[in-house]
Amino acid sequence: MERPLTQHIHPDGTTRTLREYVTTGGYRSVQRLSSELAPKDLQRLVTDAGLRGRGGGGFLTGTKWSFVPMGVDAPKPKYIVANGDEMEPGTFKDRVLMEGDPHGLVEGMILAGYAIDAEVGYIFLRGEYHLSAQRLTEAIAEAYAAGYLGKPLPGTKFRFDLHLHASAGRYICGEETALINALEGKRAVPRAKPPFPQTVGLWGKPTVVQNVETLYNIPHIVNQGSDWYHRLSRTQDGGTKIYGISGRVANPGWWELPLGTTVREVLERYAGGMADGVRFRGLLPGGISTAFMTEEHLDLPLDFSSIPPEVGRLGTATMIVLDDHTCPVGFVLNLEKFFARESCGWCTPCREGLPWVARILMSFEDGRATKEDLSLLEMHTKWLAPGHTFCGLAPGAMAPLQSALKYFHDDFERHITTGGCPWSKKSSQHRIVV
Amino acid sequence: MLSEIERRELEDAVKHYPDKRGATIDALLTIQRRRGWISDDTLLEIAQFLEITVEDVDSVATFYNLVFRKPVGRHVAFVCDSISCWIKGCEQVQEQIKTLYQADLGQTSPDGRFTVLPIACLGHCERAPALMIDQDVYGDVTPEKIEQIVEKYK
Repeated sequence: MERPLTQHIHPDGTTRTLREYVTTGGYRSVQRLSSELAPKDLQRLVTDAGLRGRGGGGFLTGTKWSFVPMGVDAPKPKYIVANGDEMEPGTFKDRVLMEGDPHGLVEGMILAGYAIDAEVGYIFLRGEYHLSAQRLTEAIAEAYAAGYLGKPLPGTKFRFDLHLHASAGRYICGEETALINALEGKRAVPRAKPPFPQTVGLWGKPTVVQNVETLYNIPHIVNQGSDWYHRLSRTQDGGTKIYGISGRVANPGWWELPLGTTVREVLERYAGGMADGVRFRGLLPGGISTAFMTEEHLDLPLDFSSIPPEVGRLGTATMIVLDDHTCPVGFVLNLEKFFARESCGWCTPCREGLPWVARILMSFEDGRATKEDLSLLEMHTKWLAPGHTFCGLAPGAMAPLQSALKYFHDDFERHITTGGCPWSKKSSQHRIVV
Repeated sequence: MLSEIERRELEDAVKHYPDKRGATIDALLTIQRRRGWISDDTLLEIAQFLEITVEDVDSVATFYNLVFRKPVGRHVAFVCDSISCWIKGCEQVQEQIKTLYQADLGQTSPDGRFTVLPIACLGHCERAPALMIDQDVYGDVTPEKIEQIVEKYK
């Protein structure tokens, strides 16, 4: 099984320098940029490969690029931005890549920049990733010294500059328009769309924001072609995916596997099943903005096309497992407290609705909940659904809640009838005030 | 007043952006690394350097949780309280820190050694629960291990 993204990453956690990166074919794709592979050709190649955004959205990369104005009359400069604000709880795949193989991101950025004729790139990195920051800073310096950055690439007129931006916290920065505001040195509040960033983005110029893992795929597509890329996958979407698992499983971790690997394979074969003494109840397939899956969904292929919309979506493909020793209501309360804290406060439904949801869930844990509170939670899943809020944060927060109300309804009921949390000797620990 | 070295660092930061305002977050983090936190006076110095209003800088400073507008201890301990760490007992870790160092979330220990803050998912979920002290991340933390981990942060 091929693992193009991670095969060279050192198991001991050390990083790969430029010298080592080049010996395993690093920056070879950059040398192929020429009149034979014009930006339009690169766009077509990536479209044919079926590369879809790995940050959770699953948007086709080639299509995203095609919205950018090209040619001599296009606004200048254009920008390419790597979204390395990996703050989705349960998600740690981009960190693995950036720490283990920082040059892969630099190379992916050069190619994405070339595809849309962007002169400048930013890596937007969450502030807590200090080791990634250090290793990317070194990689960027090495790439400048070697001439991959800062001067025209051989055989082309294309010259690319790359900067690292270390952020200062706040989950909302991962939303692409909020990220653009953050990069401009402002509060990370999302912007109204349209206009979309591909036409009006950073400082009003055309901008493409892409997830880190997505960018790591591009050099391999250039080197080995779109047919090869499709063969990596088991389904219609191309490539591999970094899958991860956390929670009470035997062997939490990450694995690069063909796109379309099933939940069961990741859980049982790679993560070794559940930890001793606990049983599986459900999981969030990719970060906390995705809906729960349960036993009946274990044989679904984890990709962008195979999960029916009424079940949910793949998200980041780093799963969080709920076991029978963990209270589902407490689990969802933790998620909603997170969302309430991380709301940027710009629009009222999100700013006011999420703390309300968290307080209702707290009343279940404390034994104050009534039947009416169940209807109040149901009501919020409708009024904080897509279309009622300025961005996707609150609708994302409703995905696990709505599915928990469906699959774990009896557990919610039990909190009402038993007057508190049946799991908890420690309900005082749900004390964080929101 | 900004020291010579602080000024040089800010000038470097500004080079990455087409306008000075773009460097607001870099400026706050850069100065905070030297001074520990962002006082009202610091805010003014940064605003003057970036040629924007002090309100502009404060609106940014108060938005981002890694910018401290109050004094903090010599070290900052960030306890991840997101879901994977919650499942694996981050609340017990918080309790142990509180017991050992008399600092609840949002507080500084009486000896000024630690400020304890909650933090969104640190991206070390496969080694939950995770704890970050200053810039160092620790995984598989248990209440029993806390004292040993904290040992080197005086």
